[in-house]
Amino acid sequence: MDSKKKRELILDNYQNPSNRGIPEDDSYKRQNSRNESCVDNIDVAVKIDNGILEDIKFDGEACAICTSTASVMSKELKGKNIEEAEIMIDNFERMINEMPYDEDLLGELNIYNEIYKQPSRKKCALLPIKAVKRILESIE
Amino acid sequence: MNREDFEIFKSGLIYLDNAATTMKPNSVINAIVDYYTKYTANAHRGDYDNSLKVDQEYEGAREKVRKFINAKRLEEIIFTKGSTEAFNMIIFGFMSNFLTKNDEVLLTKGEHASNILPWINLSKKIGFTIKYADLTEDYEVTVENIEKEITNKTKVIAIAHITNTIGDVRPVEEIGKLCERKKILFVLDATQSIGHLKIDVEKYNISFMGISAHKMLGPTGVGVLYGKKELLEKIVPMEYGGGMNETFSSNGEYTLKALPARLEAGTRNIAGVIGMGAAIDYLDKIGMDKIHKYEIELKKYLIEKLSTIPNINIYNKNTKSGVLLFNVGKYFSQDVAIYLNQFKICIRAGNHCAKMLQEVICVSNTCRVSLYLYNTKEEIDRLVEALKDQDKILDTVV
Repeated sequence: MDSKKKRELILDNYQNPSNRGIPEDDSYKRQNSRNESCVDNIDVAVKIDNGILEDIKFDGEACAICTSTASVMSKELKGKNIEEAEIMIDNFERMINEMPYDEDLLGELNIYNEIYKQPSRKKCALLPIKAVKRILESIE
Repeated sequence: MNREDFEIFKSGLIYLDNAATTMKPNSVINAIVDYYTKYTANAHRGDYDNSLKVDQEYEGAREKVRKFINAKRLEEIIFTKGSTEAFNMIIFGFMSNFLTKNDEVLLTKGEHASNILPWINLSKKIGFTIKYADLTEDYEVTVENIEKEITNKTKVIAIAHITNTIGDVRPVEEIGKLCERKKILFVLDATQSIGHLKIDVEKYNISFMGISAHKMLGPTGVGVLYGKKELLEKIVPMEYGGGMNETFSSNGEYTLKALPARLEAGTRNIAGVIGMGAAIDYLDKIGMDKIHKYEIELKKYLIEKLSTIPNINIYNKNTKSGVLLFNVGKYFSQDVAIYLNQFKICIRAGNHCAKMLQEVICVSNTCRVSLYLYNTKEEIDRLVEALKDQDKILDTVV
């Protein structure tokens, strides 16, 4: 995929994000995630049923990369079981951190495969997934 | 002004984040390098030339700070890691023994984390009440708003001289007089003002004050706790070790040195202290009044120029320091900051470590430009030029 197409998808997920808005529902586990520079600040909520990530929602104030990653991530993780989700998260982190990874496991999250070129954006891309990771760790 | 004294600007950097930290002139860097290349030694230790030279420079820096803030006595100047350590020493070393359950401490919601979190922490242990004085429509502090919160339980007022968010200059002289009249301790966070405005601790009736060298052209990792001598005498040291004791023995008896050594345990950041002294020399040479006047002129120019382009919302037009907060249309502040980075323009995005202020302003994220003596109108022109191309802000996402 060329950079132009990737940018379009990222901006589309920023301007019209999927799964934005967290329902008042106790069956969702919530986690706040914010970066060190006091800028991005998002909440992620995951509904897990029988080991399956049934639903993922997010909300908050964040930059284009952070917001769009939350949107894409929520779509990609929905329906996965915990182990699949953890593998996907691990591969996404590896991609952002410029380590070997399996692109076949990342689906639309592959649009962030050039984020490493802007090191200041790495933490934005990782923020939403960090929240999901914490939620998964908390239930284990 | 004086741009040629700063090596770092030869790279074409446009640095507009001076409320975060400041650049260092060659004279400061040279003072630090000289210590490491010409006379490295510990302070207050040896009988050889280099050690004596270190003492001279280290204690010389203390005198420079004393004079710079017009403190009465040398021993009222304690070198710390920075403002944060100074505030923690004031609050946990002094206030923990001074305040009781029924007392009140008056702050504002515009304070930096280092002048709020230690208070919250201590109040949870002791039970005193923290009150926040109202801010005006322009988010500023007035003597009236301070005075109306004062009760017979108010023991301390602790506020910043200039806030790092709004950049408002507080009427510290009047508040100091009020504190004197009402017999209230006045704790001043001068971190943001020390490099920009003349400070006079005697005139302002300051009880305690914290400053950081890196916000005034000096190195990171060094700062000062100022306190009136009779108050500093009551601070319980948070650190015990070498340099601060006179005697100790196996029966558990020990005696501590007099101020300032009593509060400076261990080998201090000697190079940093010497660098801080050089920064004060540099600022003194230009003159604080001249620096302040220049910053105000630059800020006025910045506002004028920003007003010529659409979609710029400015939040603190009227504050009398070189800090300007704004947002660019619908764009998230961090996206703007990252966009400007490609032009080598450094600005800050976010809530600037004063997280309570969003309860008042209702805008939690802004772009912040904070100016200093070495910034120029040409740099402002470059910033404004870049912000004219707002359609390109999101082009930099990948």
